[in-house]
Amino acid sequence: MDTFLQQIVNGLTVGSVYAVVALGYTMVYGIVQLINFAHGEVVMIGCMVAFSVILALAPMGLPPFIVVGAGIAVAVPACMLVGYAVERVAYRPLRNAPRLAPLITAIGISIVLQHLALLVWSRNFIAFPQIIELKLFHFGSSDTSASISNIQVAIILTSVGMMAGLLWLVYRTRLGIAMRATSQNPQVAGLMGIDVNRVISSTFVIGAGLGAVAGAMVGTYYGIAHYQMGFLLGLKAFSAAVLGGIGNLGGAVLGGILMGLIESLGAGYVGDFTNVCFLDKFLPGFSDVCAASPESSLFGSNYKDVYAFIVLILVLVFRPSGLLGERVGDRA
Amino acid sequence: MNLAATLRTHPQAKWIGLALIAIALLALPFVLAMAGTAWVRITNLAILFVLLSLGLNIVVGFAGLLDLGYIAFYGVGAYVYALLASPHFGLHLPWWTILPIGAAVACLFGVMLGAPTLKLRGDYLAIVTLGFGEIIRIFLNNLSEPFNLTNGPKGIATIDSIKVMGLDFANTTALGDLAVSGTIKYYYFLLAVLVVVIVVNLRLQDSRIGRAWEAIREDEMAARAMGINTTRMKLLAFAMGASFGGVAGGMFSAIQGFISPESFILTESVMVLAMVVLGGMGNIWGVILGAILLSFVPEILRYTVTPLQQWLFGRSIVDPEVIRMLLFGLAMVVMMLVRPAGLLPSAVRKRELAREDG
Repeated sequence: MDTFLQQIVNGLTVGSVYAVVALGYTMVYGIVQLINFAHGEVVMIGCMVAFSVILALAPMGLPPFIVVGAGIAVAVPACMLVGYAVERVAYRPLRNAPRLAPLITAIGISIVLQHLALLVWSRNFIAFPQIIELKLFHFGSSDTSASISNIQVAIILTSVGMMAGLLWLVYRTRLGIAMRATSQNPQVAGLMGIDVNRVISSTFVIGAGLGAVAGAMVGTYYGIAHYQMGFLLGLKAFSAAVLGGIGNLGGAVLGGILMGLIESLGAGYVGDFTNVCFLDKFLPGFSDVCAASPESSLFGSNYKDVYAFIVLILVLVFRPSGLLGERVGDRA
Repeated sequence: MNLAATLRTHPQAKWIGLALIAIALLALPFVLAMAGTAWVRITNLAILFVLLSLGLNIVVGFAGLLDLGYIAFYGVGAYVYALLASPHFGLHLPWWTILPIGAAVACLFGVMLGAPTLKLRGDYLAIVTLGFGEIIRIFLNNLSEPFNLTNGPKGIATIDSIKVMGLDFANTTALGDLAVSGTIKYYYFLLAVLVVVIVVNLRLQDSRIGRAWEAIREDEMAARAMGINTTRMKLLAFAMGASFGGVAGGMFSAIQGFISPESFILTESVMVLAMVVLGGMGNIWGVILGAILLSFVPEILRYTVTPLQQWLFGRSIVDPEVIRMLLFGLAMVVMMLVRPAGLLPSAVRKRELAREDG
């Protein structure tokens, strides 16, 4: 039971990060009906910039809250700039082109971003400095019971705060109204006096800003950053957005959290379920393998990254509109 | 009338041209070998990439299905060859049985990918295929436990070379005074396969199937209304593209003698896609040009950028590999912005990409 609870806590933490990244995908999709392929790289750059600032400030002995805050404060505008540039270079000139064209430019941009990051931050893993003292809050009385760390609490709270902020922005501000109008019909929105280009740009910029915070959070959580981290993270977050129903903000949050839970429970339990050692009495080959390690299973936790894709494929096959999405018809 | 015009109008001009190209291609490895055997090896890899690009061109260029996990089929083909012709399982089947098996297995994987994704289009399909490619790579990496199928990240070594009638392609043979190295022999082997693949592709493009793919690419619903079985045709595109990838993978295994999951990462898929896009999606000659360009330019960069940097700054600052990837990325962006139909655009594709409405 403790393991189960622990996996749930870990899953919620990772899931809330996925949700924030998924919001970036889903916002862009909602407004231009295109997948922002470079979003994962934007998240990576957010993480890298935040790390650079944090590493520079770490020896000064400031409180960790301020150090990480400063990292995020620099990363957000940096990523917003990148997000804006991506839209200007890869999407705006091709707005009326066939769908394959912006997709290919976006892939190109993400390769360029990845390798620019490689030039700036090198090929090595960058480690997070030891500035945050890890505190565990246990759910039970004993020290071995499931626990939640202060970092996990901070990540979940920040994510929830950002989601609330985004919802407020989309449903309560003029920009939000303009965004929703543009997503429904860009031509008519333009006729109503909305500067469609500006709205689309701000969507990319806001998504990139969210991505920057998510990048900083995921880096802090795992304690490590790498120039290739954006790819897998982006892919999982995208799968989360599709799972929830792409274009739907609530769907992205739900999908993100579900994806986190699926991954963490999958890593924790699928290995046990696919343990092959009960077969050693029936099949000759198994006894050697199982004598060597009784934990031999077909799919251990090293298959963790596969679950996201399998979920993605299953969703697209059985419910292409996602859990909360409307029928997207020809779009899918 | 000048000479060029005379040649162009001459009835045999086409055949003379082909003969000249053939002679040039046959002599090429010996010319390259003078500059260093490395260049022959690079040429061999370039031919492999041409094969891969032609395979991907069937899926992306002909049928208009964006596949970002194409390298998975290359990997499947390579692993089939490696498992059936190496000490790993102690199997040593001859190459002419393994290459078809590899093609068949890759074809099966192509159908496995195609079947669930038939309803998807454009960006969704791109993401799913990308995920599929990653799944294959993760499996190749992890299938060493509990049973050692792929030997995990360590890869499979000492894979059998190709032997034709007692002639081992791995060794150097002496033809009189002329020493023909293994690399050169593989060059001829690859060239022969390439010619077959090009002919198949050309015939395919003009066939009923090729026209059906084109119709699906242009407008799937209209194609279905015209009586094309779109399900079957799309599956066929995936299957055929995959089997070309599988054959190329098998030859890669044989030539390298060693494979590991590292060779089948997403970057490679993107690279092949960049070749297809750069050359001109849907145009066989364009795709070949794209593949050759993107195979050779980075190598030339490798030999020029590092010395240039050393001369300028006294040390190597930027890894040529990074420049290569930056170049790929930029090529994809610039091509789409400036010349979306590629260097040698196919006529239909050009019309389609120039169209104003999406």
